[in-house]
Amino acid sequence: MTQSIQITLTIPSLSDYVGVARLTASGIASRMKFTHEDIEDIKIAVSEACTNAVQYAYGDSLGDITLVFTILESALEVRVKDQGKGFESSVPIDSQAALNDPDKIGLGLGIVFMRSLMDHVEYISTPESGTNVLLVKNLTSRTDIN
Amino acid sequence: MVLDLNVSIRDRSNIPIIDLEGEIDVYTYPKLSDSLKLIFEKYPDTKDLIINLGNVRYIDSTGLGVIANGANQIARLSSGVISIINATPQIRKIFDVSGLMSTNFALYDNEDTAMSRIQPQG
Repeated sequence: MTQSIQITLTIPSLSDYVGVARLTASGIASRMKFTHEDIEDIKIAVSEACTNAVQYAYGDSLGDITLVFTILESALEVRVKDQGKGFESSVPIDSQAALNDPDKIGLGLGIVFMRSLMDHVEYISTPESGTNVLLVKNLTSRTDIN
Repeated sequence: MVLDLNVSIRDRSNIPIIDLEGEIDVYTYPKLSDSLKLIFEKYPDTKDLIINLGNVRYIDSTGLGVIANGANQIARLSSGVISIINATPQIRKIFDVSGLMSTNFALYDNEDTAMSRIQPQG
């Protein structure tokens, strides 16, 4: 049985650091030899999860966003967690619904991207208990450039 | 790797063009938002606006949200459209996935193609 490897990154809930999370995701996915297209998909999905946390989790306060990358034999799992205020389930989850609610267009599109670009997504958000996002990308084809 | 966004504005045949370089995310999107605001002030009657993504390596929902809102604004102001040029295949994919292509913007391979499709102004 192959042991999984975990890498944990904690960033503050500031927009300045979403790029750092994205670069970390890119580095790990590259190390796992995901294809260039898959790496780009993972970067966007991780970035979207972090962006939602930055914009909605803590209001005007500062909090932590924790990313746990689990490297499996045939997949990369990324958990993005905050302990913020969470949100109700009325958030639009398709782009047209998001367009009708300009305040939530980023959040709506972000969820659309996560679901479209990853193989499996779980999005659990409870008011006052924070949000926990699981993103999974299967390693279906590897690049041997590295 | 550029984690910032550089924005410059020019015009060609009186059509405003925004040249972008870098990454558009939750940190950098206000620069794009500000440049759109500036253009709508300077060219309130323009029916066309070109956004050059040739040197943009990354865009996410925040960037697309700004462009979609800009497209809504130009449609409201002048029944105009936003033309996106030089998008990489990955960025084209993001536009496709967003489901926003049916609204007020179009994608063209390059600036000359976009200009040839745009009715000359003034």
